[in-house]
Amino acid sequence: MKEFDIIVVGGGHAGIEAAIAAAKMGCSVGMVTMDKHAIGRMSCNPAIGGSAKGHLVHEIDALGGVMGLIADKTGIQFRTLNKSKGPAVWAGRCQSDRKLYSEEAERVVSSTQNLEIVEDSVLEAIEENKKIVGVRTGKGEEIKCKALIVCSGTFLNGLMHTGLSSTKGGRFGESPATGLTESLVKMGFVSGRLKTGTPPRLLKNSINWNILEEQPGNENPEPFSLRTPIYEFPYLPQVSCHITYTDPIVHKILEKGFDRSPLFTGLISGVGPRYCPSIEDKVVRFADKERHQLFLEPEGLDSDLIYLNGFSSSLPAEIQFEALRKIKGLEKAEMVRHGYAVEYDYFPPYQIDLTLETKLIEGLYFAGQINGTSGYEEAAGQGIIAGINAALNIQRRPEFILKRNQAYIGVLIDDLVGKSTNEPYRMFTSRAEHRLLLRQDNADRRLMKYGFEFELISKETYHELKEREILIISSKQYLRKRKIQPGQINSFLESNNLSIIDNTETIEKIVKRPELSLRTVLEQSNGYDETILKLLNNEKALQQVEIEIKYEGYIRRQEELVAKIEKIEKIQIPLNFDYTNLKAISTEGREKLNKIKPRSIGQASRISGVTPSDLSVLLVYLKS
Amino acid sequence: MHFEDDTIVALATPFGVGAISVIRVSGEKSIETIDKIFIGKIKLEHCRSHTIHYGKILDSSNELIDDVLVSIFISPHSYTGEDSVEISSHGSVLIVEKIIKVIVENGARLAEPGEFTKRAFLNGRIDLAQAEAVADVINSRNEASFRGARNQLNGLLSQRVNFLRESLINISSMIELELDFAEEDLEFVSLPQVLEKLYSIENEIDELLDSYSFGRIIKDGINVALVGKPNVGKSSLLNYLLKEKRAIVSEIPGTTRDIIREEVAINGILFTLYDTAGMRTTHDEIEKEGVSRSVETVKNADVVVFLNDALTGFTEDLYQQLKSITEEKRIINVLNKIDLVTDSNIPSDVKISAKTGEGIDELFDKLKEKALGTGNYSEKTAIVTNIRHFNSLKKAKEFIENARESIKERLTGEFIAVDLRNAEDTLGEIIGRVTTDDILNNIFIKFCIGK
Ligand SMILES: Cc1cc2nc3c(=O)[nH]c(=O)nc-3n(C[C@H](O)[C@H](O)[C@H](O)COP(=O)(O)OP(=O)(O)OC[C@H]3O[C@@H](n4cnc5c(N)ncnc54)[C@H](O)[C@@H]3O)c2cc1C
Ligand SMILES: Nc1nc2c(ncn2[C@@H]2O[C@H](COP(=O)(O)OP(=O)(O)OP(=O)(O)O)[C@@H](O)[C@H]2O)c(=O)[nH]1
Ligand SMILES: [Mg+2]
Repeated sequence: MKEFDIIVVGGGHAGIEAAIAAAKMGCSVGMVTMDKHAIGRMSCNPAIGGSAKGHLVHEIDALGGVMGLIADKTGIQFRTLNKSKGPAVWAGRCQSDRKLYSEEAERVVSSTQNLEIVEDSVLEAIEENKKIVGVRTGKGEEIKCKALIVCSGTFLNGLMHTGLSSTKGGRFGESPATGLTESLVKMGFVSGRLKTGTPPRLLKNSINWNILEEQPGNENPEPFSLRTPIYEFPYLPQVSCHITYTDPIVHKILEKGFDRSPLFTGLISGVGPRYCPSIEDKVVRFADKERHQLFLEPEGLDSDLIYLNGFSSSLPAEIQFEALRKIKGLEKAEMVRHGYAVEYDYFPPYQIDLTLETKLIEGLYFAGQINGTSGYEEAAGQGIIAGINAALNIQRRPEFILKRNQAYIGVLIDDLVGKSTNEPYRMFTSRAEHRLLLRQDNADRRLMKYGFEFELISKETYHELKEREILIISSKQYLRKRKIQPGQINSFLESNNLSIIDNTETIEKIVKRPELSLRTVLEQSNGYDETILKLLNNEKALQQVEIEIKYEGYIRRQEELVAKIEKIEKIQIPLNFDYTNLKAISTEGREKLNKIKPRSIGQASRISGVTPSDLSVLLVYLKS
Repeated sequence: MHFEDDTIVALATPFGVGAISVIRVSGEKSIETIDKIFIGKIKLEHCRSHTIHYGKILDSSNELIDDVLVSIFISPHSYTGEDSVEISSHGSVLIVEKIIKVIVENGARLAEPGEFTKRAFLNGRIDLAQAEAVADVINSRNEASFRGARNQLNGLLSQRVNFLRESLINISSMIELELDFAEEDLEFVSLPQVLEKLYSIENEIDELLDSYSFGRIIKDGINVALVGKPNVGKSSLLNYLLKEKRAIVSEIPGTTRDIIREEVAINGILFTLYDTAGMRTTHDEIEKEGVSRSVETVKNADVVVFLNDALTGFTEDLYQQLKSITEEKRIINVLNKIDLVTDSNIPSDVKISAKTGEGIDELFDKLKEKALGTGNYSEKTAIVTNIRHFNSLKKAKEFIENARESIKERLTGEFIAVDLRNAEDTLGEIIGRVTTDDILNNIFIKFCIGK
């Protein structure tokens, strides 16, 4: 009989990070997935990153994950969103070559030591005394394990809808995963149903490109990963996306199909994401909006397919086709594949702990879409945390939890467990109350120490970070004292129509002016010490110094807030704490606390329905 | 959620009358905090535990609030086990609120129900077996305040605060929209418009803040002392106002011996009326005691109605005496029994007849004016009655000011958003809402998002 330390179910974005992290940490890992070539397949949008998702990718990368590296290798357009705003909301996004992405993912997984790919499906999880011991597979095998990480994506009892007809499947052309939900429910888990959708794919050369608005990538694309060698990047030729719009005529045609919409006729019971509605949803809910924006995204360099972003639909195929032919530029478009919606099982995430281990069964972890999230980055972020924790658990090392003030990943998991989403959860920067601290640019400074600790980040990379850190600190000290004379900078200021300075000032003070960059100011003077000469040659450190000087006040205020909150975050609640007899706590508060079993007073304070006086009472009992 | 080691303050004695009130302050910085507002012989930080000190408490503009006695308790030898200070002041509601307010301004925060007891417990000053009891205290008090929150007055305030919070959430949504959905085909905010909206929210908060002194009086009532020489008609006026024969009225001077206290709501405002013994020099022991109580009542009154008899004239000596025990601006000169004279040049603010009711409406106006200033409030106005709410509103206002500052400095949305969120949370504390998903929910409802 086969045996692994850890079995990872599913080779999606969550499964990849989980399996690789655990294997690199020294565990023997078996990735059981239905189709080897579907490893890292992008179910929907051929893109990685975006607002808040870019942040997640940087964090995964700093922890030693692979998503950033794969995206960098296979990206065919890179952009930084929100560049006109402050650094906290800059977010990387790339269009990926869908085929190359999944090939690269498969290559990375296959070449990882301690990691074996098992092409099979998991039908059943096996436990003994509330402890996971193995799985039973579709090929009739039993595989033993000490920990099991389920990353089943949209496959559990997947059901795809187009019009009034539905087919079983987790993704176009792929079978659903059956049996596993039922086996988990038998153990005592509660499952729920969610839905998501995808738009039609069009034939590239059937589109009238000449009349469409072009959206190119950045001229100087920036990679996601710190470990991507900058001289090789970008690896692939860069291409553009295009933009078009629907109009009232298109909407009229769509309306014709509403009587055959699985969404409106109640055929779909799962809850869909409000931030990613289907085109029919948009037409109904925002009836007075005359047009909706659509993006035409290339699926790959060699691919004939174009992904019609914004036109996700589960209306009958012929309606989709008729409507899109009325869209500017798509008059002659060929629809290679229609859009569809998919319904799948998830497990409401109050059932997991902040380590992603389930509260019910020891050694059983859930990561990715199974926890109610949607999106590759959200899945990958959970995957790496589950992989690390499963390995730590087996090695009897202390668990690893990221806090809300440390990472978006921390916000994500804390939200999942504490709010137990009942609609697909996507990350947004506004979900992070410490947004100004959780930036893409400092993900390495926030998290790489952990990646290094778990040996997912190499010594060299980590030393580079440490050296950068020293450079940043010493540069800041220097610039606080180093002065600049009016004579050195005023001619520059005048020629740029900026107000001049009357007195000698420190460089630190001058750089706080929003219109001046650190580099320009430094270039106006000379005779710097070695530190600054080094800084001028280290773009990444230079950027950190600049951000920390410019936004010092705001950063300090957020840090103060964090320090205050830290106090209640530190007050632990034992996991086996019994709330049932605490009569002094409100009924709603008691129910929620019992269900979610928060780890700390801080976590408890974020549960809706738990009042401040409930928390006071709780504090009293914790003491006794 | 507050943190367990900050400095808290609350009234330790029952709220209301009582000659002396005790205000308790506890926490690491309690002595330091009181030192900032207390003027005594020596700094409290140099004093030993369990010592009592006489001195003055000053408000933020260095004006005297009250003469007080301050007791020092140094950790762990205090009720809570932390450094504590107890301030004994005069019993007036107004004085107590003023003292608490200045303490809060200097860094303490108002204690939550049962919090002193809770700290005592957490610091091992109370038996573990009392955990249950403490929890019940916290809970039942909270329920009481919850019930209180349902009364009409607080209902109006909640509505108002909720409205302001929602307006802020709308502004936040527009700003967040641009940060999280930059790619969408949406029209984004114009900052001048946001500035204008923030201004108007700030103005509304100002209005609420202004209503505080009024609100306090609404909640606790206006203390009115009816004073004058014997037989000028004090009891008659009381009876007229109460619309019942509460006090004995007779033509014999010195009828009323002890103080009669009655509450009456007129035009939605609660008045606590004190009918006093007529003030004169007397050898009757009982009447003597009555007179000295009258003096006490005058001291504690928000407004003193000084009655004179139209037939016997203005009693200058008594007026001088009153001025020496209360501020002149609190006194209303009322000339009674004008039904008995045709014309009178006796000096007065109002002329009335406790018999016919003439001039009574005018007297009300004067009473209100004296107690409330001339603010324009009606029963439909939301009013702040609670100092905790007052403080939250003040904090919210500061956050909004910060946000406006960020806009003026041309900082981008994420910087503005920080302060807006803080302002929303602070307002949320008043009405017990802290959920963080409100902004996103609002965005999903209002804007067509999603590719
Ligand atoms: C039609 C569709 C539309 C989507 N639309 C959006 C969208 O609009 N926006 C968005 O953000 N996200 C969308 N997604 C979601 C996005 O694709 C997922 O969030 C992301 O891929 C989840 O990653 P994952 O690792 O959890 O699972 P997946 O990427 O789904 O991978 C799951 C893997 O597990 C394997 N597997 C599952 N069960 C078993 C089993 N029992 N035994 C063996 N192998 C198993 C599968 O074969 C698959 O390889 C959509 C997905 C689909 C299918
Ligand atoms: N005509 C007339 N008589 C009044 C008026 N007010 C009071 N009186 C009479 O004046 C007398 C004294 O009234 P009280 O109300 O007892 O006077 P007091 O000020 O309470 O007197 P002491 O309690 O003795 O201090 C009674 O006979 C009243 O009827 C008034 O406005 N007009
Ligand atoms: Mg009388």
